Amino acid sequence: MLRRSLILVAALAAVLAPAAAAKSHAASFPVTIHAANGDVVVTSRPTRIVSLSPTGTEDLFAVRAGSQVVAVDNDSDYPKSAPHTSLSGFTPNVEAIAGYKPDLVVVSNDIGGVVASLQKLGIAVLLEPAADNLAQAYDEIRQLGGATGHTPQARKVVAGMERALTKLLRSVPKAQRRQTVYHELDPTYYSATSATFIGRLYKLFGFKNIADAADATHTGYPQLSAEYIVSSSPDIVVLADSVCCGQSAASVAARPGWGSIAAVKHHRVIAVNDSIASRWGPRIVDFARAIAAVARKR
Amino acid sequence: MATVSAETAVRARGISRPWRLLAAALLAGALLVGLGVGPVGIGVTGIVESALSHLPFLHVHSPLGSVQEAVLWQIRAPRVVLAAIVGGMLAIAGSSYQGVFHNPLADPYLLGVAAGSGLGATLAIAYGHVGTSGALLPVAAFVGGLTAVAAAYVLGRSAGSVRAAGALVLAGLTVTLFFTAVQTFVQQQHTNTLRDVYSWLLGGFSTATWKDVAVAAPYIGVSSLVILLHRRVLDVLSVGDEEASSLGVNVARLRLLIVLAATAGTAAAVAVSGLIAFVGIIVPHTIRLLVSTSYRAVVPLSLVVGAAFLVLTDVLARTVVSPGELPIGVVTAFFGAPFFAVVLRTSRSMR
Repeated sequence: MLRRSLILVAALAAVLAPAAAAKSHAASFPVTIHAANGDVVVTSRPTRIVSLSPTGTEDLFAVRAGSQVVAVDNDSDYPKSAPHTSLSGFTPNVEAIAGYKPDLVVVSNDIGGVVASLQKLGIAVLLEPAADNLAQAYDEIRQLGGATGHTPQARKVVAGMERALTKLLRSVPKAQRRQTVYHELDPTYYSATSATFIGRLYKLFGFKNIADAADATHTGYPQLSAEYIVSSSPDIVVLADSVCCGQSAASVAARPGWGSIAAVKHHRVIAVNDSIASRWGPRIVDFARAIAAVARKR
Repeated sequence: MATVSAETAVRARGISRPWRLLAAALLAGALLVGLGVGPVGIGVTGIVESALSHLPFLHVHSPLGSVQEAVLWQIRAPRVVLAAIVGGMLAIAGSSYQGVFHNPLADPYLLGVAAGSGLGATLAIAYGHVGTSGALLPVAAFVGGLTAVAAAYVLGRSAGSVRAAGALVLAGLTVTLFFTAVQTFVQQQHTNTLRDVYSWLLGGFSTATWKDVAVAAPYIGVSSLVILLHRRVLDVLSVGDEEASSLGVNVARLRLLIVLAATAGTAAAVAVSGLIAFVGIIVPHTIRLLVSTSYRAVVPLSLVVGAAFLVLTDVLARTVVSPGELPIGVVTAFFGAPFFAVVLRTSRSMR
């Protein structure tokens, strides 16, 4: 047994040595990551990562740490190749998580003190909460890259996102930037203001968000009244409730009284994948691409 | 003694004329306020002229633009009408449960109607993928509500004598707790649809359409009619089962009939508006305190005042943080709970 593993290590070393020599980063452990739960020390390159955050899962696979991930939570549905389990990020069970013998756990919410409980077991935990803006989303990708030994890849992913988003923003002519937008979170007209992550993206495009005037309680996610939406007559309607609640351009056009909305009249109602619109990972570029396409439409 | 009190209760007067007029005026006023208030300013004359323009042979020209017309008649009007029929139904159902079970705190939620409807809707959303706007949702809620009440009734019968209304109340509570537990479990298994279920459970009229009115109105109409026709029976039942039996009333059968009517109506109301608490308690008790304790007054007035109450509550729900919305269940609870405490205190000091 020992001999076999020795041979394996030797073989691996032979394969990896040149690569390691070329990229000195591979030997950069231990690293200290400045995450939302403070400075987290990752002593060696993690090989048993558990992700309880769908965005964290997407980030990990984007920075090519996917092969180091052993389990992801039941809401992590992307990429398809991720090792899906019944672990829950909403009701995290410390014993079930520890059962995967993880050397790094990624969470987006510290529910029930799960971070402290896991740390007590000697497991490194990165808290990567919902990002408020793009800079924070980029930071989280860099942190996950750094923690898993993929700093250059993370840098590349972030640079790629920045480049793609800049290009998309520029693709919308100036004359078409002052449009009004209504972002629908569910069929009871909950929306997102410019203070939210998704709202900031609309703001980057230069859009005017109709939810801004309705957020009296400053939650960022006010419930609008149908009257207000219809009378605001937004130029663009984005449906982030297409998967959960089956909404589509056709179902919106069929709502009584909604036929007079500019977006309905000019076919600028688009359905986006709920998950993509509610996460803050690399796929936000896909979301921006869909928005840019509808904004360019004449 | 018992016979004497029973007779006085039965002979108790109905509604006097001033109260009748006041209730009608309240409802008319509430409907007008409901139609007139909203994020889109439409004057009273505009509303009246627009309404007249929809009538044939009058040739009145509506002063409103197409957006205002759509807002008024496609969004605001069905909302007001739905709030009115749901409010009336919840209040009249509350008053009949209180009479049938001799329990002043009984309301449409007591027998597990709300929990059952909630579970039915949750199952439909989680496993049937119908979404909150699916046509299947009201049916699922309806089936769940009736199942809960049937379970409560069977459990109550097996736990004690049919006459022991307390056993039924406890059975309803048991069913509610069980159904709520199942619902929590299902929601945890389907966290991706959680948002959808929660927004439905919170209740409200923000997405009301004429279709919702058409779905709920037949059930609510028939249920209210059945209860209205039995308002004298409720007076007899309220004096006690033995006394009622001695007066020649088939207690078990009538109780079942009234409970079924109230439940069917409540389930229909819950299906189109989610869970809205307190209406069934606030309205009948206010009428008892102000007008009369006779069900001949409480039942019809509950229908009218309940309608006015929920229309006005909905006006608050959509104006307090306008052009945003508050869930109406939050508004009824916010005003209902303190009001309920006052009612409790007053009724105790009067005793």
